[in-house]
Amino acid sequence: MRLLQSFFAKTFAHGIHPPTSKGQTDHLAIRRMPFSPRMMVPLSQHIGAPAKVLVHKGQEVVRGEPIARAEGFMSVPMHAPVTGIVEGIELMPTARGPKSEAIIINTYQAADQQVLYGADYEWQNASTEELIQQIQNTGMVGLGGAGFPSHVKMQVPEDHVIDTLVVNGCECEPYLTTDHRLMLEKTDSLILGIRIALRISGAQRAIIGIEDNKMDAVETIRERLTEDDPVSVGVVKTKYPQGSEKLLITALLDREVPSGGHSYHVGVVVNNVATLALIGELLPKQQGLIERVVTIAGPGVTKPGNYLVPMGTPLRFALEYAGYFGDISRLILGGPMMGNTVASLDVPMTKTVSGILVLEQTHDSGKQKTYPCIQCSRCLDACPINLNPSQLGRLAAKRQYEVMADQFHLNDCFECGSCSYVCPSNIPLVQYFRIAKSVNRERVAA
Amino acid sequence: MKQPIVEIRTSPHIHSSPTVAQIMRNVIYALVPLAVFAVYQFGISALALIITVILSTLLTESLFAWLSGRDNTINDSSAAITGLLLALTLPPGFPLWMGAVAGFIAIALGKTLFGGIGFNVFNPALIGRAFVQAAFPVSITTWTPAFAPGRFAEFIPSTLTLPLMRPNDLTPWIEQVNSNLANKMDAFTGATPLAAWKFDGVTTDTMDLLTGMVTGSTGESAALLIVVCGMYLVIRKMMDWRIPVSVLAGAFITALILFLIDSEQYPDPLFVLLSGGLMLGAVFMASDMVGTPVTPLGVLLYGLLIGFFTVIIRSFGGLPEGVMYAILLGNALTPLIESFTQPRVYGEKRMDKKMVVEKTVVGESVGEKTAEENAS
Repeated sequence: MRLLQSFFAKTFAHGIHPPTSKGQTDHLAIRRMPFSPRMMVPLSQHIGAPAKVLVHKGQEVVRGEPIARAEGFMSVPMHAPVTGIVEGIELMPTARGPKSEAIIINTYQAADQQVLYGADYEWQNASTEELIQQIQNTGMVGLGGAGFPSHVKMQVPEDHVIDTLVVNGCECEPYLTTDHRLMLEKTDSLILGIRIALRISGAQRAIIGIEDNKMDAVETIRERLTEDDPVSVGVVKTKYPQGSEKLLITALLDREVPSGGHSYHVGVVVNNVATLALIGELLPKQQGLIERVVTIAGPGVTKPGNYLVPMGTPLRFALEYAGYFGDISRLILGGPMMGNTVASLDVPMTKTVSGILVLEQTHDSGKQKTYPCIQCSRCLDACPINLNPSQLGRLAAKRQYEVMADQFHLNDCFECGSCSYVCPSNIPLVQYFRIAKSVNRERVAA
Repeated sequence: MKQPIVEIRTSPHIHSSPTVAQIMRNVIYALVPLAVFAVYQFGISALALIITVILSTLLTESLFAWLSGRDNTINDSSAAITGLLLALTLPPGFPLWMGAVAGFIAIALGKTLFGGIGFNVFNPALIGRAFVQAAFPVSITTWTPAFAPGRFAEFIPSTLTLPLMRPNDLTPWIEQVNSNLANKMDAFTGATPLAAWKFDGVTTDTMDLLTGMVTGSTGESAALLIVVCGMYLVIRKMMDWRIPVSVLAGAFITALILFLIDSEQYPDPLFVLLSGGLMLGAVFMASDMVGTPVTPLGVLLYGLLIGFFTVIIRSFGGLPEGVMYAILLGNALTPLIESFTQPRVYGEKRMDKKMVVEKTVVGESVGEKTAEENAS
C-alpha cells in the first residue's frame, strides 16, 4: 500500500532523502509551556520595518494587548505574550546575531493563560481590504521560517489573477513536527483559515500539499471536507526540500515559477499550514499572535515535544523546561538543513522559530576534513533547481562571484543545503554561495 | 543548568555521504578481483608488476607531498588506485623497472603537477601508460601467453630486466612454453585478439573474450568480471553508470556502422566491445570522476565520444588499441563539453512547459523576499 501510494505521489526532480528523525516528537500532542518570569519581545521579528513601541516603562500590560504597532504596510504589530509590567525597552541579543530593541516584561506570578483581549468578528461580510487589515492587526507572519508579513503575502498585485491557493503542509525539514501536529489537532482552524485566504486571494480552489509520511494528517483533513469542497489535499513524496514554495507548486500543479519571479506570476499564492491555522484561530476573535508551536527535539533533550511557546520566552527557559542540562552540543533554531546555530541562551523565542534542536557535537574530525572537488556530480543530482554546485563551488574558491551570478544562476539558489549534504569532499558549498551573494549585494550597493 | 559550550556552524547541520577516502577505498575493493584474476592468469610476474607499480605511485605521492610541504595524501587511496589501474593496463611481462617509471610519471606528471587529487585534467594512470607507450614501444607491445604452465613458479624472463636495460627477446621462451602445451591448437602466436584481428584478420571466440581466456594487458581481458566489479560500484552509488554505458554505446554504434558498410574489413561490434582494453577503460578509466563532465548531458556526450574515438583509432590508426588515447582525448574535451551542456535551471524559460502568460515584468515584487522564505 505504502509503496503503491508513494508511486503515485507527486514530486519535483532531484532532491535528497535525509533521515526524517521525526519519530521522537510526531506522536506527542501539543503541550503548553508555562510563562517565563521575564519575557523579551523584540520589535523586529519579521521582514520589514520594526514595530513602533506603544508602551512605556512601568506600564501594566494584559496578555493579548498590542504593545507595538505596525510601522507602515510592510510591518506587523506586537502583542503582549503575558500579563505583567513593562520593565523597559532595551537592546537585547537576538538569534540572528545583532542586538535589537525589545520590550521586556516582568510576568505577574499568578498571570492567567486566558486571553481577555479581542472581540468577535464577522469575517464573512468583510471586504478584501478589511480582511487584509485584520490580518495585519493579528501580527501574523509566515511561520515557516522567514517571517514575511502574511497580509503582504496575501495581497495579490492588481494585474495578476490567482486561480489556486497552495497550502504548504510538507514540513520537509527533519525533526520538525509542528505543522504535522497542527494539522491533526487544529484541523478546523486550519480549514477556516484556508477559507479566509481563499476569500482574500480570489482563488477558486485550495490544495493542501502534504508529504506522504503524514498520511494521518491527510485522512484527518479529508474527513472534514465536503463533497464539492474547493479545498483538497494533494499528497506529495517525502523528499527534501519539498516544502520549498516553488517546488511545491511544481509538484502539485506542474507549473514553474519563472526565475526571479514570484508564485503569483503563475497564478498561485502559497501559505504555510501553521500560518493559516493561526489566522483561522485568531482572526474571528480579533486576537494577536502571542504564541506558537515549537518542536523541541534532538538527542540532547530529555523531554522532547511540541510546545506552545509564548513569544519572548528566553531560549534558556524553554530548553530547561524540555530537559536540557547544558551538555556540549549544537543548538539549532529551525530545522537541521536550514536552521542556524545559536551562540547565546539569552535570546528570545520569536514568531519565526519553528524548532529548537539540540544535536550532538560534530567531533569526528576525520569526517570534517575538506577535500578538493572530485567532480562526482552528486551535488548536481541533489540540487532541486538544477544548478551546477560543483562548478559554482570551484568558482567561489577562485572568488569569481560575479561569474557565478551572471553565468551560473547563483541568485536562483535558495540555500536548501542539499548540495552540502551530499558532498563527499565536505565542501561547505552553501556557505560559499551565501558569501558570494552577500559580496555581490555589497558590490551592487557600492 | 551549567553554562553549555555550544558549537557554532553554518547550515546544513546534517551530512550524509561517503567521504572521498571511502569512495576511493571501494574502488580498490572493486579492482581487487581483477588483480586476483590477472595473477591467476599470468602468475607471479603479474603479481610483481602490480606490487611494483603501486609502490611506485605511493612513494611518488609521498615524495611530492613531502617536497611541497603538504599533508601526505596516500591515505585517501587515490594514488593506490592509480597504481593498480596502471598495472592492469600494462602487459604482464612488462619489465618491473619500466613499471616503476610508469607509476612515477603517472603521479608526478599526471597528478601532482596539476595540484593533486581533484585537479588533474587527465586520468593519471593513462598519462603513465601513454608515457611508457612512447618510451618503451617494444616492451609495451610484447605479449606473453596466458595460463602458461609454470607461471606460478617462474617469472616471465622480461619481468626481471635490470633497470635501464633492454629486455631479452621473448621468442625462445614463448616457443618453449608452446612446446610444453598438450594441445598444439592453443599455441601462442604473440598477438592479442585485437592485434590478431588487425594484422592477421583472425577473430577470437566471443566466449573466450567474455571469460578472459585470452591474452592482453594484465587486467583487461576478463570482460565479464570487469562488468561485475563495475556493478559493485554502481550499486554502492560510487560510480556513474552513465559513463561506461555511453562509452560502450558509442563504440557499439560506430562499430556497427562500419560493420554494415563493409563486414569483410571491419570486425563485428560485439568483438569490438569485448576485445582489448575497452571494457576496462569504459568501466574504470573513463568513469574516474576527476576529469569527466559533471553535467548530465555532458556525461553522455563524453562517453559517446570516447567510444567513437576508440573505434576510429582501432580501425584507421596504426595501433591495434585506441582506448587510452580516446579517454585522454575525452578528458581534454571535458571543460569544453561542460561549457555548453549546463543544465536548464528551474524557472528558466522553456517552450514546452506551460507557463501562465504574464503582463508584468518578472522581478517586480510586493516586497523583498529572502531565500529563507522559500523553504519551510
